[in-house]
Amino acid sequence: MAMLEVKNLEVYYGVICALKGISFEVNQGEIVTLIGANGAGKTTTMQSVVGLIPKRGGSITFDGRDITKTPCHKIVHLGMTQVPEGRRIFQELTVYENLLMGAYSIKDKSGFKNDLDAIYTRFPRLHERKNQIAGTLSGGEQQMLAMGRAIMSHPKLLMLDEPSMGLSPLLVDQVFEIIKDINRDGTTVLLVEQNAGKSLAISDRAYVLENGSIVLSGTGAELAASEMVKKAYLGG
Amino acid sequence: MELFLSTLINGLSLGGIYAMIALGYTMVYGIAKMLNFAHGDIIMVGGYIIYVFMALNNPLLAIFMAVVGCVLLGILIEKVAYKPLRGASPLAVLITAIGVSYLLQSLAQIIFGSANKMVTVYDFGSVTILGVPMQVSALVTLGVTVVVMAALTLFIKYTRLGRAMIAVSEDKGAAQLMGINVNGIITITFAIGSALAALAGLFYLLKAPSISSTLGAMPGIKAFTAAVIGGIGSIPGAMLGGILLGMVECISYKITAIAPYTDAIEFSILIIILLVRPTGFLGKKRREKV
Repeated sequence: MAMLEVKNLEVYYGVICALKGISFEVNQGEIVTLIGANGAGKTTTMQSVVGLIPKRGGSITFDGRDITKTPCHKIVHLGMTQVPEGRRIFQELTVYENLLMGAYSIKDKSGFKNDLDAIYTRFPRLHERKNQIAGTLSGGEQQMLAMGRAIMSHPKLLMLDEPSMGLSPLLVDQVFEIIKDINRDGTTVLLVEQNAGKSLAISDRAYVLENGSIVLSGTGAELAASEMVKKAYLGG
Repeated sequence: MELFLSTLINGLSLGGIYAMIALGYTMVYGIAKMLNFAHGDIIMVGGYIIYVFMALNNPLLAIFMAVVGCVLLGILIEKVAYKPLRGASPLAVLITAIGVSYLLQSLAQIIFGSANKMVTVYDFGSVTILGVPMQVSALVTLGVTVVVMAALTLFIKYTRLGRAMIAVSEDKGAAQLMGINVNGIITITFAIGSALAALAGLFYLLKAPSISSTLGAMPGIKAFTAAVIGGIGSIPGAMLGGILLGMVECISYKITAIAPYTDAIEFSILIIILLVRPTGFLGKKRREKV
């Protein structure tokens, strides 16, 4: 059974239909990517799955549990954590306090120190700047912090919305390396990206989203080789 | 020297009361992004609860009941009047808050009548410090407000709940993604604000032992002014604004020539500060649209 199963998800903004009944699934241990252009409905998909925006129709099952109507803050406690688009770290808190907020859903505080050390090992820059106000970090550092903050909640499924947005090419490579790393450590990943080439290269499976519908799906390699994807998303 | 010292103590004490009320405005604004204009009337309700329970002649019980009653009332108002309007236009919420304010005042008038009620909570008497006679109640007020403000600051900065409040005030969506129950945090914020308002009601009764249904109206507006001067949404700002306004008010009352214009002077300061620094002293620039 799939870890995350989305069936016929429909989302409207007022009278405008943003998602026209999409279905996809993510299996334990996979990296799954949704690619698509601006306005295709990628962020809408991510936010409605995690319960941040209301759904018109469809159902979502996570870890064998129906979460269609579960509020966002409870979904997080079930093990689904999202790194939102634009990172949305807490600008006024320090790096350390942001990581502390990431562990908010963890009731047992005994592992906190270990988790924190693991984050600082994975992201040495965050360790150097642990007492700095997060709003003063560079874009790349903020992305690292957003990822570190999400990992602090021990997600079974980590969802990343455009993690490479606005980063230099060097940092983009680094972010994708880290995603592969996190996945290798046993966390299932659902990724949304405009950078189709890089994301398909690390994905087990992928879906193409266009105007609120899924138009194509397959393994990462299949989609990277598909004429349609090449033409529309890989620049020829 | 005598005048200076007594004005200083009275100013700080009055400023402390304004700061306590301003904290309620600013915390609710920071977290629920709304102006709760019924906040001042919670002070009045706290005063009346003290008045009712003073029939038993037990000040501590009366104060305790006032705090508990105001906390419950604050939570009730939020659940019944404001929660259904979450996501509605700010104007609708504002008008509702003004409506709740009139509702509370009218209810008080129906229950207790329009004549002032007299209630002496406790007579602390006066004391002479450095040759200056002073009301002990002013010193007690000052002491309690300092302790409460320090405790609140530590609570916000160092507890899990306090940090969750900062997170919600900064970004509700991101806070939810951390597993924070935003509605729960809003409820707690109203509860804390209302408890502070109940204490403010107590301090007003210590200053002058008389209560009417409009007890909270002017202090509410003054404290709102203090919150805006300090920078609405900012907790240290509310404290700073409250103390500043209290000092100005006391100094102005001491100068015979300008004493009748004290309120005008206070609100003029608000206007000037808003012209020079629209975000108040410690307010942040806001990027979001209202």
